[in-house]
Amino acid sequence: MNKTYNFAFFDEGSKREIRRATLKAIAIPGYQVPFASREMPIGRGWGTGGLQLTLSLIGKDDVLKVIDQGSDESVNAVNIKKLVSDTTGVRTTDRTKEASLIQSRHRVPEVPLQRDQILILQVPLPEPLRNFEPSEHETKKLHAEREYSGAWLMLFEQIMKYGIMATDADHPVMVHDRYVMAPSPIPRFDNAKLDGNEALILLGAGREKKVYAVPPYTNVSSLAFDDYEFEIESFANHACILCGSNDVFLDELVDEESGETYFQCNDTSNCLEMVNQKQSLGVN
Amino acid sequence: MGYVAVKGGTKAIEESIKRLKYERVKKGTAIELHKIEAGMRGLIDQVMSESSLYDQSLAALAIKQAEGNPEEAVFLLRAYRSTLPRKHVSRVISSENMKVERRISASFKDVPGGQILGATTDYTHRLLDSELENESDISIQDWLRAFQEEDHSTEYQNDMADLNSLPKVLDYLRSEGLLASCENNDLQPGDVTRKSLEFPSMRSERLQILTRGQTGAVTSLAYAVIRGYGALHPTVGELRVGQLPIHLDHPLLDEGQEEDSYYIGDFTATEVEMLIPLTVEKEQGKKEIEFEVGYGMCMGQNETKAIAMGILDNCLEKPNKEFPSHNEEFVLYHIDSVESTGFISHLKMPHYVTFQSKLDSIRKSKDKTTEQEVGLHE
Repeated sequence: MNKTYNFAFFDEGSKREIRRATLKAIAIPGYQVPFASREMPIGRGWGTGGLQLTLSLIGKDDVLKVIDQGSDESVNAVNIKKLVSDTTGVRTTDRTKEASLIQSRHRVPEVPLQRDQILILQVPLPEPLRNFEPSEHETKKLHAEREYSGAWLMLFEQIMKYGIMATDADHPVMVHDRYVMAPSPIPRFDNAKLDGNEALILLGAGREKKVYAVPPYTNVSSLAFDDYEFEIESFANHACILCGSNDVFLDELVDEESGETYFQCNDTSNCLEMVNQKQSLGVN
Repeated sequence: MGYVAVKGGTKAIEESIKRLKYERVKKGTAIELHKIEAGMRGLIDQVMSESSLYDQSLAALAIKQAEGNPEEAVFLLRAYRSTLPRKHVSRVISSENMKVERRISASFKDVPGGQILGATTDYTHRLLDSELENESDISIQDWLRAFQEEDHSTEYQNDMADLNSLPKVLDYLRSEGLLASCENNDLQPGDVTRKSLEFPSMRSERLQILTRGQTGAVTSLAYAVIRGYGALHPTVGELRVGQLPIHLDHPLLDEGQEEDSYYIGDFTATEVEMLIPLTVEKEQGKKEIEFEVGYGMCMGQNETKAIAMGILDNCLEKPNKEFPSHNEEFVLYHIDSVESTGFISHLKMPHYVTFQSKLDSIRKSKDKTTEQEVGLHE
């Protein structure tokens, strides 16, 4: 543990301020609470919002998991984990079930979360209305007045243009029937996992200086029309080449030798567990 | 088939960091911090200003670690700044008390107190000086000794103004009735590092963001303003560089009194007051020209930026839909070094999940198009 820095990097005053904003965010599900985002030792846009939440919440007994793009081993996940454990000395894990705090970029883990866990999502663009309204001053008013016709119109226009709702990751959701929220750039596949989740889900945008939350058991629904339903990414007829799962988010990969496309679990720790489970059962 | 997880992130990072160190030290010579501090005043001042942290030795350390890259050095200092508890607020600093080293006015030739050129590159020719190749500590010390022996005192004695209390050019203008007087705004200033910006913002918040702004970005936007993307033709009313004293109130006395306060040191600052002519419409369609003021202040000697800040300060005081440079969200959200470079550089991170999602959308929309085309042909 790096003793030249404070426990969890920040001075106590900063941690308290961030926790105060977090409490407000939990009290108003889906509402973006402005907070005095600190400059971090990692780049703005590299997960500083999530990291600030993690550092403000973490205690000595916590067990931390960090995911980036579904993987615990990817460069940024390793980097963030290293910074937190350097300045706190807490234990880290790859296993979703063991973790009390999970910081993630772009994925909700495949393993269902439990009530004593907190999922912290890193958010690059917290404002779901930014696509059609560049002004922060204006979008704040739109949220206050619950004026979301722009969001619906955006989806409607996509249907007119492309025949589908052409949102990629980060398909907007309605939280607790009040606020339209950017679910961080999780794939559409993961949107459903936000709904009624047992764990507390916190979302932090460092560069845009916003914190927001989905408290446990909160209704979260993806924006959609009756005749144009919300569709998740389709992996029909594909399964993970390693563990055989076909109900998870898959990465599309190309075999360098044969040039053939194959699929593999995006959530690597879950995949590993599935493989191990199968092997111990003697399947395969 | 045995399963091998896709590992290697940790190891790759370690190797990459090692490689970075190699690039920094590969010529086999260590650059000493005191040499950076002694010889890179311009870079140090710029880095301190953008970091909102006034400490020359820390800035030198950051510059060394960053291999002289200012964006990286600012990043290091800002992150360090996040770990520091803020224990005191200084007494209000009045810039009239600046110990002036340099002071010019581009508006009045004959300002009371006179023009004081001080140290500036403005009047140098930018010719490479090959003699610097052979400069040594000894040659520098010889030069210094000779410089100090020169007698600067008698020749100009009579012309010398009191450098600790030079009159302000703007006060002179006000006394002449050319500039409207303004009340002191004694509102507690906002602190943009402790509360995120909300719009419309306070002027104190705008000034903080401008002064922390990336030197290049602030300069570029101000340049755009005077080139035509703005409605301004400003003049430098007064530019000052000098030392400002900082005083802290006695911690145990409630009502801070000047005489009980502690002097804790000076910092170098550049202050600029820009004069901006403005056409005002009076009764019956009559028009008059008046001056407005744009204000800029930066840590260290950082003159171009302070002037640019003064221009943008005035732009933001007068929102104008025609020009982005008069839109506070546009200007204030985009000039911060750490924020802009961070977000641009995050594009280097993997985006596999979102890209997979986009692929799915593209395929689905292509399928739809084919369906429709087939439908049309049937």
